[in-house]
Amino acid sequence: MLELDQLFKNIYLWGENLFTQWGIPLFWLELLGMLIVAVIILAFMSLSVLFLVWWERKVSGHMQSRFGPMRTGWHGWLQTIIDAIKLILKEDTTPGTADKIGFLIAPIIVFVSAFMAYICIPFGKGLIVKDLNIGILYILAITTFTVIGLLTAGWCSNNKFSVLGGFRSAAQIISYEVPLTLSILGVVILSQTLSMQSIVNSQKHIWEWYIFRQPIGFLIYLVAAIAEINRVPFDIPEAEQELVAGFNVEYSGIKFAMFFFAEFANLFLVSAIATTLFLGGWNGPLLPSWIWFFIKSFFLVFVIMWFKWTFPRLRVDQLMGFAWKFLLPLAFINLILTGLFA
Amino acid sequence: MENGTQTAVFYILSGLIVGSAFMVVSLKNIFHSALFLVLCFFSVAGIYILLSAEFVAAVQVLIYVGAITVLLIFAIMLTAQLYSPSIRQSNEQVIPGIIIVGTLLIVTLSVLRRTSWRISTQGIEGQSTVSIGKSLLTTYVLPFEVVSLVLIAALIGAIIIARRE
Repeated sequence: MLELDQLFKNIYLWGENLFTQWGIPLFWLELLGMLIVAVIILAFMSLSVLFLVWWERKVSGHMQSRFGPMRTGWHGWLQTIIDAIKLILKEDTTPGTADKIGFLIAPIIVFVSAFMAYICIPFGKGLIVKDLNIGILYILAITTFTVIGLLTAGWCSNNKFSVLGGFRSAAQIISYEVPLTLSILGVVILSQTLSMQSIVNSQKHIWEWYIFRQPIGFLIYLVAAIAEINRVPFDIPEAEQELVAGFNVEYSGIKFAMFFFAEFANLFLVSAIATTLFLGGWNGPLLPSWIWFFIKSFFLVFVIMWFKWTFPRLRVDQLMGFAWKFLLPLAFINLILTGLFA
Repeated sequence: MENGTQTAVFYILSGLIVGSAFMVVSLKNIFHSALFLVLCFFSVAGIYILLSAEFVAAVQVLIYVGAITVLLIFAIMLTAQLYSPSIRQSNEQVIPGIIIVGTLLIVTLSVLRRTSWRISTQGIEGQSTVSIGKSLLTTYVLPFEVVSLVLIAALIGAIIIARRE
């Protein structure tokens, strides 16, 4: 079996030997290890985002009976790499009336909050950066920084479309966070733990998967998560027809790339969380655990892309009404029933 | 972690807390104040983690950064003219202010000095989340319920005030 956790363990042991031979304190090894792991996570994020952007365009294309990108590389697989290079080479403009500091840090906040959440994702058996015992709560907490980043971006651009976009996304994220958290609580009640690896370990067989014991919870999570990452049918913050582009109107070059990057990183993140909580995580027969994890996660990503071409966009008032008047009571009922029968 | 590292981290976090809190009250641009408030809350969460109270730290970030500061920023954005540089952050009541804050400081310091802090040498068994949950539903169930009642009352009050009729 091609499990990766042994490989990482062996590399660490090898490093430990080397450091004791050279007489360097192990503290520095820990520090070096953290740095290397951070770089690995960043590299993984970049690769998956590059792939997801290409995939999104291909899926969209085929759903509309066209091909999507075809010219660069085989079936256009080089397209996003070219796009990324173009974005990096572009002039990075800042509006003259913008709040310079806020304008600079907003994409950084959004990017870092997405990056930090990846620390608690169990990619496979033993493949988790740090299995915190507050795992899922940590992810919920750290992703709230996105709201601050979006509001900062909207406000500091000094543009009315940006402010409106920032407002809309903040209102939306805050509203949908409530049913999202409640749907996750159902799983936490059943598994009696917040740690991501323990949640995965509690669903070893397919009939133990929480999607079968928490079907309503899964649906609420999926809907709320799509709203959290501002995707169709909940893409009101960046509704092109109404707001030009939402909070990132004024952004160009590398700063725009960071927003874009964070958006797709969050797309994978919510799918990975759904996989972990409801679809048994990395559990699966025959194949190595991390391959199972990626199959399930990318399938959910595909489902979210599929939604994009299936449902029309909601209006602002419909969006809020749906969250507060339908999803929230449903989530509460689900939670109470789970509590009664668990 | 080694003791030295812990102390260093503690002083860095304390510096961040005090520095950002000072920036919150002294900056002219009120939006920047709100951003420094986020940094302040986040550093406090860091202190909680240093005390191995991860649950409290996560809740601190979730509620103070995710809800309260966002609400503050909303208020800032919706208030017309609040962003203009002509708005002043201070008023003329400097001397009463100093007196009140000075008294508060002396009272707090004397309380801090007189309290004999119980330092327990044994850690919490298992996870802090589990013990917090257990004590909230056994020992402290009455205060817990009272707090939830107060919160519901506040919620209903807010809705009634916000209603148009």
